Amino acid sequence: MLQDIRADASPAASPSPGTDVCGNLDAGPETRHAEDAPIANELLVEEVSIDGMCGVY
Amino acid sequence: MTAPFEPWRGYRLNPAVALRREPFGALAYHFGTRRLSFLKAPDLVDLVRGLGSQRSVSEALAAIPDERHEAYLRALAALAAADMIVPQPDQSEMP
Amino acid sequence: MTSSGPARPDRVLPLVEQFKGGLAAPICLTWEWTYACNLSCTHCLSSSGRRDPAELTTAEMRSVIDELRSMQVFYVNVGGGEPTVRPDFWELLDYAVAKQVGVKFSTNGLRLDADRARRLAATDYVDVQVSLDGASREVNDAIRGPGSYDMALRAMANLAEAGMENFKISVVMTRHNVPELDNLASLADRFGAQLRITRLRPSGRGADVWYELHPTDQQQREIYRWLVDHGDRVLTGDSFFHLNALGGTALPGLNLCGAGRVVCLIDPVGDVYACPFAIHDAFKAGTVRAPGGFAGVWRTAPLFAELRTETSGGACRSCSEYSACQGGCMAAKFFTGLPLDGPDPECVKGYGAGGLAAARHAGRPKAGQDHSHGIAFSRSGEPPGPSRVLALGMPGVGIPAKPCDSSPLAVMS
Repeated sequence: MLQDIRADASPAASPSPGTDVCGNLDAGPETRHAEDAPIANELLVEEVSIDGMCGVY
Repeated sequence: MTAPFEPWRGYRLNPAVALRREPFGALAYHFGTRRLSFLKAPDLVDLVRGLGSQRSVSEALAAIPDERHEAYLRALAALAAADMIVPQPDQSEMP
Repeated sequence: MTSSGPARPDRVLPLVEQFKGGLAAPICLTWEWTYACNLSCTHCLSSSGRRDPAELTTAEMRSVIDELRSMQVFYVNVGGGEPTVRPDFWELLDYAVAKQVGVKFSTNGLRLDADRARRLAATDYVDVQVSLDGASREVNDAIRGPGSYDMALRAMANLAEAGMENFKISVVMTRHNVPELDNLASLADRFGAQLRITRLRPSGRGADVWYELHPTDQQQREIYRWLVDHGDRVLTGDSFFHLNALGGTALPGLNLCGAGRVVCLIDPVGDVYACPFAIHDAFKAGTVRAPGGFAGVWRTAPLFAELRTETSGGACRSCSEYSACQGGCMAAKFFTGLPLDGPDPECVKGYGAGGLAAARHAGRPKAGQDHSHGIAFSRSGEPPGPSRVLALGMPGVGIPAKPCDSSPLAVMS
C-alpha cells in the first residue's frame, strides 16, 4: 500500500554524518562523506543516545 | 570517572550491559548509564564477548590482523570510557 | 592506512546502510497501552480519550512482554492515552522490569502520588516522562486542558521529593511555548529533571491544530539555535533533524527517520505501525495477535522491508542539504497531504511551502484511529473547542452511553 504513495526505492549512497564516540555529529559538509575516510580513522564503536532516534515520544 | 584504558590488563563485558547481535555487529546497552553503543564489526563483538576469558586485551587482540589493531584498540578504549567493558576483578580477590 | 575503490568486507558501513538488513529487534519501541485518557489534549498524536473495547488483555500484554524479552528489546517507551489509567498498569510495569525489559512511561501525572513516586524511585529499569506543553499554566492548559498544569507539577514535585533523579519532562514545541524554552529548562532544573522537547506532528488530533500551532519559520530557527546552545542537557528524540538543514552544527542523534527501521509502534489493540506518529493503514505493518506475534511482524512485514530499503530521496535528492535532513519526517508529509518523496512541510529552505498551501484545502488523510472524547472535538473542520479535563472517576457530561465510551477510569472487572 505504501508503494502507491512513495517513489520507487533505488539504492543510492546516503552519506552518514561522522560521529565521535559521544554521539556528537561532526559539523560541516566535508565530514558528510564518511565512507571516503581512511579505514584507520573509522570508529568501530559509535554511541547514540537511547533518546536519539526519531519515532518515539 | 572510569580509569584509563590499559590494554595489558584483563577486561570483561560489564554485567550491567546487554549485548545483542545484529547483522552489522551488535548493539550494547548499559542499563545503568542508559548509553547505547553500536559495535560495527562482528569480529569486534566476538572479541568483546571473549574478553573475560583472556588474561589481557593485548592477548585477545592476537586473533585480530595487525593492521586492525589500532582501530580495535580505539574501539575498546571507547567502550571502556563508556563503562561498557570493565577491568576484570583482581585475581587476588577471587575466592 | 588509506583505502579507495570498492568496499572491502571489513569496511564499516554508514548506519543507514546497516539498517537495510533489518535489526534483530527495534532499538526503541513505542507501545501505547491504552487509548483511554483523562485528558483531551488538542494535539494528541493518538487521538486518545475513550478506551477501545478490543484493547489487549492483561494476558496478551504479558505475552508481548515475553516476546520483547526473548527479542532482547532493551527498552520500551510506554504511552497511550494515559497508560496509568489501566488498572493493570503497575502489575505490567513490574512484570516488564522483572524480565529486564526497561520501561520509560509517558504520563500526564494522573496517578503519581507521593507513594507511587517513592515506589518508582526505588525500581530499577524504570524511567518516567511527564508531559507538559508550557512553562506557564496559561500556555500549557490551552493545549492540555484546565487543571493539567497543576496535575503535572504535583507529579513532578512528588517525583523530586521521592528522589527520582533525572525523570523527563517532555514538551511538544508549539508557536506558544517556543518563547518559554528558557523557563522550561529552569523548570526542569527546579525538579532535578531532564528537559525533552519534541516536534509537533500533524498526527492524530494534531492534524486539526497543526496550522495554528506549529512553530513559525523564525521560531524553527530559534529552536535550532537554542538546541545548539543548550542541547547538551536537553533531549529531543531526534525529532528536529529536519532543522539540520539550517547548516552549521548538526544536532545529536541518528538524524534519520526511524520508522520501521529502528523504531515502531504497538498500539492498544495490538496493531503494529511504523511509527507512533503514523497511525494509519498506510503505515500499518501487522498485528501482534497474528500467529507470528510481534517478532513475526518486526522481521517479516512487507511494509518494514520496504522502509528498510534505502530510498532515492526523490525530489529532495538534488538539494544541497539532503544529507543533513534526509527529506524530513514521513508522518509530517503524509498528514499534511504532501508526497512522501517531496519536501517536509516545514522544510527550512521553504521548499515545502508551496505544496503545503495547495494541499491544505485538498483532501488530507485522516487518522486511522479516533478515540477522542465526544465533547472535545469537532472533526468537521471547525476550530477545536477548549479541551476538557474529565473529573476523576466521572464520565464527561454529554458522552453518549455506549460501552466503548465508558469512563476510562472505570475499574475493569
